[in-house]
Parts: sequence; structure tokens; C-alpha cells
Amino acid sequence: MSAHDELQHAHDDHGHDDLGIHATFKGYMTGFVLAVILTIIPFWLVMGHVIKDSSTAAVIILGLAAVQIVVHMIYFLHMNSKSEGGWNMLALVFTIVLVVITLSGSIWIMYHLNHNMMPLMDTSNLP
Amino acid sequence: MSDMSSTMTPGSGPSEKLLFHEARDVHTANGTLLGFWVYLMSDCLIFACLFAAYGVLGREYAGGPTGAEVLELPTVALNTTLLLLSSITYGFAVLEMQRDRKNPMLVWLVITGLLGAGFLTVELREFAHLIAEGNGPQRSAFLTSFFSLVGTHGLHVTCGILWLIVLMVQVMKKGLIHANKRRLLCLSMFWHFLDVVWVGVFSFVYLMGVLP
Repeated sequence: MSAHDELQHAHDDHGHDDLGIHATFKGYMTGFVLAVILTIIPFWLVMGHVIKDSSTAAVIILGLAAVQIVVHMIYFLHMNSKSEGGWNMLALVFTIVLVVITLSGSIWIMYHLNHNMMPLMDTSNLP
Repeated sequence: MSDMSSTMTPGSGPSEKLLFHEARDVHTANGTLLGFWVYLMSDCLIFACLFAAYGVLGREYAGGPTGAEVLELPTVALNTTLLLLSSITYGFAVLEMQRDRKNPMLVWLVITGLLGAGFLTVELREFAHLIAEGNGPQRSAFLTSFFSLVGTHGLHVTCGILWLIVLMVQVMKKGLIHANKRRLLCLSMFWHFLDVVWVGVFSFVYLMGVLP
């Protein structure tokens, strides 16, 4: 137990600053205010029926969501290109690539599959 | 470690002892946080698959209710508020942790946990309401993918709350030692990550689901 404590102390001394994350009140509040604004706008767009065209509304909603995710990453998850010697960012970029391939690939392929597998409408059978 | 280097260099005196690697550099100060980040990224892929499933199946109603009929935006707005507030209160807990103020930190953690529990309550009531009306996951492909995606997120929040409780007990027993601070930062990443996923859920599932 005491050996473990010593190890713990060696660890504590090792990093000059505790755990490498410096959260600030200003940072959290900036992130929070931005997140609130970026949440209210899409809810207002949909609940107030501001935009009549569905696809335009969808694009705006997705765009605002993407911006809000970036805000969360920067202000809440303390993401930057230097944390952990860049390995954080590398893992994130790799994940984003995989996520984009998974999402767009699935939706694209399944849309075309649905389209091509659609049974041909035989009007002669209709009443 | 010292055993090994002494057996490897039997002849050399203590002044020129051969060192094959620096024992202290094996574990960088933030190794755990990086590892936990990699876990979060893999979790992100689970959610990407569920989002993709919803993207493909979200409009397959099988004669059942559409998104516009069953999804209630005021409920979702309430849930989004609760989760966003819990994110910022966890941030305040981290700020108190940095100042080594144990009790204010615990208070913020309790508030975070209560907000998380409120989120879960609202979500479970929504699920119960849907199932009671016969719109359970077995009703249509839309509802199956909806329950899978939103339910998985809810399961993560549940795990986060359990972890939060365990961590509060640990802090109360051992105080704000280095290991507990590291754990608190891991949970902070987990909690904020859940909020990031929720941004995707309320945009992609709820807001886009009710569009005509």
C-alpha cells in the first residue's frame, strides 16, 4: 500500500500540471451559450413551421447540428490539435472518416437498392 | 525494474548503469485519458451504425404511425434542456475539482446526476407512452430503429449515472486524490460525449422525423 502511494506521488510529481486539461469558467459558458443558441434555432424552425420546404429545413438542421457538435468538442471536450500530442485529433479524424462512410454509404446504397427493387407497377391489375 | 537492470549489467558500477528504457516514460501522464478517448471513438462507431440504420429505415412505416404522429417535440425540447444543463453542471464540477474543493464539486455532481435522472425519466415515460399505444419497437421498421438508437443512448446515460454515483462514493471515501481526478475527467468526457450524440439524435431523429 505504501509502495503504491509512493508510486502515486511519483506520478503526481511527474506532470508539472495535473492532468493536462485546463478548463475555464469562460470556456464552459461560451460553449453553453453557443449550444443553447444552436439548439433553439432548429427547434424554432421546426416547431414554428418557419420553412415550408422539407429538404431545405433538413439541410439547415443538419448544418446547425454539425456546428453544435464542433462547439461541444472544442469547449466541453477540450479538443485541440495539440492535446495528447495530436493523437486525440488523429483518432477523431479517423472516426469521422469512418462515420461519414458508414452513414452516407448506407443511405446512398439502400436508397438505390430500394429504388431498383421496387416492383414494377402493373396498371392492368389495378381495379 | 531495478532487478532487471542489475541482472542485465552485472559488471558495471552504479555510476554507469545501463538503462534500456526510462521507467517513468512508459506511462505518460495522460495515457488513461487518451485510451478513454479511443474508447469513446469506438462507441461513436456503434452510434454511427444505429444512425445509419435509422437513416435507412426511418421512413418505413409499414402502415403504422409516422414520425410526425408519434414524436412529441415539446418533450424532446425538455429532454435536450435537461441534458445540456447537466453538461454545464458537470463542467462546473470539473472547475471545482481543479481548485481542489471537494464539497462544492460533490454538490455539482449531485445536480448533474439529478438532471441525468430527469432526462431518463422523461425518456422512459415517452417510451412507455408509445408502447402503451401499440407503437412499440415491433410495430414497424421506423419504430424498431427509433427504439434501438434512442434506447442505446438512454442506456449510456444510465451507465453514466451509475458511474457518477460510484465515483461520488470514491471521492467521499478517498478524497480528491490523483486517481479520482483522472476518473472524474474520464467521466466528464463520457458525459459530454453523450450530449454530442444527443445533438445528433434530436436533429436527425426528432426534428427531421417530424418534417412533412
